[in-house]
Amino acid sequence: MKKIFFILCSILLISFSACKKNTSKDTALYQCPMACEGDKTYEEPGSCPVCNMDLEAVETVTETEMSSDVISETSIFNLTSTWTTQNGEDLQLEELKGDVLVMVMIYTSCKAACPRLVADMRNIEAQLPKDGKDHLKMVFVSIDPKTDSPERLKAFAEENVMDTAPWLFLRSSEDNTREFAAVMAVNYKKISPLDFSHSNIISVFNQDGEMVFQQEGLGVNSDATVEHIKKAIASK
Amino acid sequence: MRTKIFRLPIVLILFHMFSYGQSEGMVRIEGARYIPLYGRDSTVVEVKDFDLDVYPVTNSEYLDFVREYPKWQKSKAKAIFADATYLRNWKNDLELKDGELLNSPVTYVSWFAAKAYCDCQGKRLPTMDEWEYAAMADETVKDARIKKSYNQQILSWYEAPRSNENKIGENPKNYWGVYDLHGLVWEWTSDFNSVLLSGESRKDNEKDNNLFCGSASLGATDLMNYAAFMRYAFRGSIKANYAIKNLGFRCATDAENTK
Repeated sequence: MKKIFFILCSILLISFSACKKNTSKDTALYQCPMACEGDKTYEEPGSCPVCNMDLEAVETVTETEMSSDVISETSIFNLTSTWTTQNGEDLQLEELKGDVLVMVMIYTSCKAACPRLVADMRNIEAQLPKDGKDHLKMVFVSIDPKTDSPERLKAFAEENVMDTAPWLFLRSSEDNTREFAAVMAVNYKKISPLDFSHSNIISVFNQDGEMVFQQEGLGVNSDATVEHIKKAIASK
Repeated sequence: MRTKIFRLPIVLILFHMFSYGQSEGMVRIEGARYIPLYGRDSTVVEVKDFDLDVYPVTNSEYLDFVREYPKWQKSKAKAIFADATYLRNWKNDLELKDGELLNSPVTYVSWFAAKAYCDCQGKRLPTMDEWEYAAMADETVKDARIKKSYNQQILSWYEAPRSNENKIGENPKNYWGVYDLHGLVWEWTSDFNSVLLSGESRKDNEKDNNLFCGSASLGATDLMNYAAFMRYAFRGSIKANYAIKNLGFRCATDAENTK
């Protein structure tokens, strides 16, 4: 009987801890009142190692810090999923902050629409001024993470001579991919082991991860897309 | 005597587990291969055994959820995850508007919110194939799609206004013991955004307008099932941060995840 009780308790515990509570992180910070170490802050109360005065709690974060750190409500950086690049490096979308992102969802085994989407992306990139490319990423996100391993993405990148900046290839889990597609408003469906049917949408995000433009369709005129990218780069 | 002492906490714990998740738990749906009702590329799909919530998630359950996870409260949900109509029938973060019932299905919830809710219960949203599979049963058989009465009943519900304000569990349960798959609200599925009507559906229209004409359902594998076509068309037309009056959800789990 005790055993059952124990098992039930552990089930209960597991079911409660399955999902992390996402309440606001109110970690108080402490700072020397004399600012002996400049803006250095401590997570626990104590005394300043330089002047030995008691550290004081810092209550508010200054406005400037807020604006540079806070992610806006409509930013894709609100997604916390982890992605792997063609070089096998893991990243979160937020790490792309500061760059204008031009994103499209494809899969490497695609024979129909994807080569044209790749061509569209190349065409867009070619129309952008060279000096703006430091703050630009042209991103391909795989909708077929099962097939598209980092190695496969790497091979695809090399094949298309897109293995250097501003080009970037990303993959994640199927769940994260579905979520990402939901944000991009891209619909896709697996129709055979190697084939997907999908929306052809190229999305432009500004440096804060907010969507500023979407180009839908294949081989369409991309003037508007290029204009929006230029504007987003200039607004830095 | 000793066993009796232990009985009470066990009952309490069981009760708590159920009240924390779905009030009446889940039922097992035995999987099978079937041909979904609509799809340009209609082929046989395989649904594995899974467990499905007996009822759609209610306002009351959703209230518990937002208490526990404040970031999903009406005033705090981010626009990228839930549009401005999110929980529109709530007065504030923790109260429904007057006249709304706690045991009505929760609606005005986005896909992200529904997904988060299920994740936090250790569950997931059902896939579209799973949902459609469970929903093709009527009260007596697993696949009632060829029955005229089945289709008529669903269509008559689609015509009934404001069914989202009804309470859960008032329609008869289906073959699997699941209530309200039809007759109350439409429901989110995990892969709702896998619906593509006629290639790139949204480009067929000049505007980004997703109203589909009924004649397109001629492409359906089963002409009887205009109702299913409406569901797929609806899914193909919505975006994940939309919160809609007549759209709720329920959760599922893989069969092997449960005892």
